[in-house]
Amino acid sequence: MPAPVTSPIRSVDEVTEPRRPHVTLPLDPLLLLAVIGLGVCSLVTLAGATQDDIAGQPYYFVYRQAAYLGIGAALMLLVSRFDYSRLRELRYGLYAILIVSILAVKALGSTARGSTRAFALPFFSFQPSELGKLLLILALAAFVVGRIRRGNDRDTTARTMLAALVPAMIVIAQPDLGSGLVYIAVAVAILFFAGVTWQPLTGLFALAAVSVVLVLVAAPAMGVDVLKPYQVDRLTAFLNPSTDPSKQGYQQNQARIAIGAGQRTGRGDQATQTRNNFLPEHHTDFIFAVVGETYGFVGAAVVLSLFALLIWRCLRILTISKNLYGSLITAGVVAMIAFQVFVNVGMNVGIMPITGVTLPLLSYGGSSVLVTLLALGLVQSVYVQGRRTASAKGRVVLG
Amino acid sequence: MIDPIEDRRSAITPQLAFRVALAGGIGVTLFAIIFFRLWFLQVLSGDQFLATANDNRIRDVRIQAPRGEIVDRQGRLLVDNRVSIAVQVEPDKLPPVGPARDAVYRRLSSVLGSGTTPRKLRRRIKQARLALPYSDVLLKNDVPRLVYQYILERQRQFPGIKAQPVSLRQYPRRTLAAQLFGTVGEISPTELKQSKFRGVVQGTTVGKSGIEYTYDRYLRGKDGAQRIYVDALGRAKARGPEIPPAQGKRIRLSLDLDLEKAGEEALSAAGVSTTATLGAGKRGAFVALDPRNGEVLAMGSYPSFDPNVFAKPVDAGLFKRLNSDAYGAPLFNRAIAGLYPTGSTFKLITATAALQSGLINPQTIINDGGSVSFGGRSWTNARGAVNGPVNVVSALKVSSDVFFYTMGAQANGVGGDIIQTWAKRLGVGRRTGIDLPGEFKGLVPTPAWANRSYKQYRDKNIGFVDKPWTIGDNINLAVGQGYLQATPLQMATAYSTIANGGRVVRPHLGLRVEDGAGRPLQEIEPGAARRVKINPTTRSTILEGLREAAGTPGGTSADVFKGFGRTVMGKTGTAERPGQGDQSWYVAYAPDARRPIVLAVTVEQGGFGAESAAPAARYMLGQWFGLKKKFVAGQSTTR
Repeated sequence: MPAPVTSPIRSVDEVTEPRRPHVTLPLDPLLLLAVIGLGVCSLVTLAGATQDDIAGQPYYFVYRQAAYLGIGAALMLLVSRFDYSRLRELRYGLYAILIVSILAVKALGSTARGSTRAFALPFFSFQPSELGKLLLILALAAFVVGRIRRGNDRDTTARTMLAALVPAMIVIAQPDLGSGLVYIAVAVAILFFAGVTWQPLTGLFALAAVSVVLVLVAAPAMGVDVLKPYQVDRLTAFLNPSTDPSKQGYQQNQARIAIGAGQRTGRGDQATQTRNNFLPEHHTDFIFAVVGETYGFVGAAVVLSLFALLIWRCLRILTISKNLYGSLITAGVVAMIAFQVFVNVGMNVGIMPITGVTLPLLSYGGSSVLVTLLALGLVQSVYVQGRRTASAKGRVVLG
Repeated sequence: MIDPIEDRRSAITPQLAFRVALAGGIGVTLFAIIFFRLWFLQVLSGDQFLATANDNRIRDVRIQAPRGEIVDRQGRLLVDNRVSIAVQVEPDKLPPVGPARDAVYRRLSSVLGSGTTPRKLRRRIKQARLALPYSDVLLKNDVPRLVYQYILERQRQFPGIKAQPVSLRQYPRRTLAAQLFGTVGEISPTELKQSKFRGVVQGTTVGKSGIEYTYDRYLRGKDGAQRIYVDALGRAKARGPEIPPAQGKRIRLSLDLDLEKAGEEALSAAGVSTTATLGAGKRGAFVALDPRNGEVLAMGSYPSFDPNVFAKPVDAGLFKRLNSDAYGAPLFNRAIAGLYPTGSTFKLITATAALQSGLINPQTIINDGGSVSFGGRSWTNARGAVNGPVNVVSALKVSSDVFFYTMGAQANGVGGDIIQTWAKRLGVGRRTGIDLPGEFKGLVPTPAWANRSYKQYRDKNIGFVDKPWTIGDNINLAVGQGYLQATPLQMATAYSTIANGGRVVRPHLGLRVEDGAGRPLQEIEPGAARRVKINPTTRSTILEGLREAAGTPGGTSADVFKGFGRTVMGKTGTAERPGQGDQSWYVAYAPDARRPIVLAVTVEQGGFGAESAAPAARYMLGQWFGLKKKFVAGQSTTR
């Protein structure tokens, strides 16, 4: 095992040494730090928030989340050892698995709270739409890599978006609006970082704006319900949360109260919004509000900083990838995580609509944790491959 | 399949670098927005959200404070609280909805007995929870001791059910002064907005009428609270501190319980039924004042009722009877709201007006030939009496109608409405300001009023005045007939004013506010409403007339007070009321250095003044001065 590369000098020295086959380079340490930090935050927050949720089992959610994080970390390390580039050949297969799995869940999955999004497995219920995020990233990135040099960006954009919209529509129908939006965000990010010219991108944003207006305003006005009424209510409730605190605005109102009540350093054991269940979904969608109430502005700032670190590292790795496929996979992963962070935190603090998007790594949930860690494993793989190629070519890679 | 050239790209292009920078910039902006938002929520408005969060979880359940006692002037109990065993439900401790809860309802129903079917219990609990969540729900009051013990000993069979003592208003004197105390009840939404109940929270028991209403501020007490911490579903998670309730203050009334009892006995002897009975019984009222300061020594209106019936829900039939005129409207306080012509008791006012305005002097003689002619008709004394030459003293003594007819006719001639003016000055036709709600003003008819009313009657067919004012109306007023409407309390006030030489007292029942042990906290002294200037000669002349009427042979009530043993100055009255028998009146002043008293008694359909009202007054005065109580019906031939 070679010594870890910690300085440019060392790496310059290193290339003078004879290279051994199967050399393993370390993971990106800051990215790893962010992941570990968020995992710890998740466990600490869940321990406080869920101790009364299941009578007699105060650590039910903590133990399970710890198990998911452990398995996920192992998967992450494992994936980072492989060269992601080979996955490009499997793009049609991955896309097919994506479509089949999200369709299968419609037919075979278990129904919880009116939506069918998961397969009930012995130990946890598996949500194909979560894994679908990663499958879509791998498939779309490969697809775009294959087309990007041919010119005709408009055609590429249209086809890519179509490839993303098909699964997006299927999961929105489950209904899982959050995952559907993540799919679209991932597709847009891959196009953006692939270097698609501005014109089709601008057109895409214009189209998105028009369709939002159509779905939320025009269609209901004409009597056509594209989304279910409760989805429309959820999407618009944040605009006026006080109008009906007992219904859709309730969750968001309670989340804002929880966060505000946390003040600078949090309420600790006195976090009654969380402990007394005024804050619904406090272990999943509204876990950020729990952090805000229990640990205050300081706690929220720590979590946000860890996410900032994670996103920054991903963007950095994006630039050192040995090939475009690696860059685009990283682009998709960073889009997936950043979109979920901003939408989830935004809905917790009351400036974004409720879309059922979880906070990656922090929210309790096996599928989400495993898929996020798997995705970050791929990013680490991009890093490792990028570093290896760079050192092979004698280039110095800064950070 | 894979283009190997694609794999060879590795150096970062300027375009990608720009786009990564752009994405980074967007990320920084979004993080900045979120941080600003967090700063706003947690640092700038944190206090407010913390308060909201606490509001969310804290429920204060009221513990009702017992109301203060009401006692008579000697401290004898008139109204207090009694402890009643109430069966209540703590809804959050009931078993879950389903067979287990139904079983509890069934067991309860069989223990509590009639009127509590399982279905009724379920509905009652549901309704009460909607109205006042987290509070215990009352299922039944006044449960027998046996049931109390049964439930206590079998708590496991009755989860969430508790039997516990609660405080209810109790009236140990039953029909005595029942209309005075009034009722209590939960504050209504309208009352919540009134300034009288400022600071009172919803669900508080407040006085709705009578003394309970007037002195509610003192009697109310301060409810305690049990703080309960709840979760989002409203389930109690923990009990917080308990603030114990503080009983209301005690109110000492100026009433004298013995005199009050004597009043009931006296009216009863005069044929007035004590409680609601259909038709037959007579109705009556009495008021006794201390003429020096307006303290109400006794006040009663009969038929009366037992206020204890209001401690439990009153059934519709009983409530209708209590308000029905056919049953004598027991809830109605005739002493302050009964509007009657007063008959000859009004002659005191006419005499005062005539003397004060110089219409006559104490020596002015008028020949009472049994009848006199004014305004084209003849006016005669009652029962054809002929009194010969009379001055104002002897006219009061024998109640000469002819003398006062003449006064009325002459007063009509000189203008200035002197009788009406003096009636108003002495307190008739206006509220006395007694500390009881529901007092009526009454009416002293003036020419202006009559002509105005007649115009309305003629043009719009409103009212009952079917002719303009004539001299006859003033003659009728002079002897307390015609349009005059006065309450017994107003007459007592007018007599008090003459008795005390010109202070128009403000009658009041409240004497002082005391703590639970009887230590005085605050005296209630409303003071005189106003003063009127009365010539001492006028006063002594009139009092002499009243003294002779009750104390010398030939006086209208002399035979009633024969052998009474004390000076009484009293005037009989017999009010003719269309469609009914004569109404008997007596208003008296009994001077005394330490405990003077003015007493007004009226008995509807009681005949002549000396027949029922005067004997009732003697009976009560006997009690007041510690003399022999005797009901002596007189044989007076005049009004």
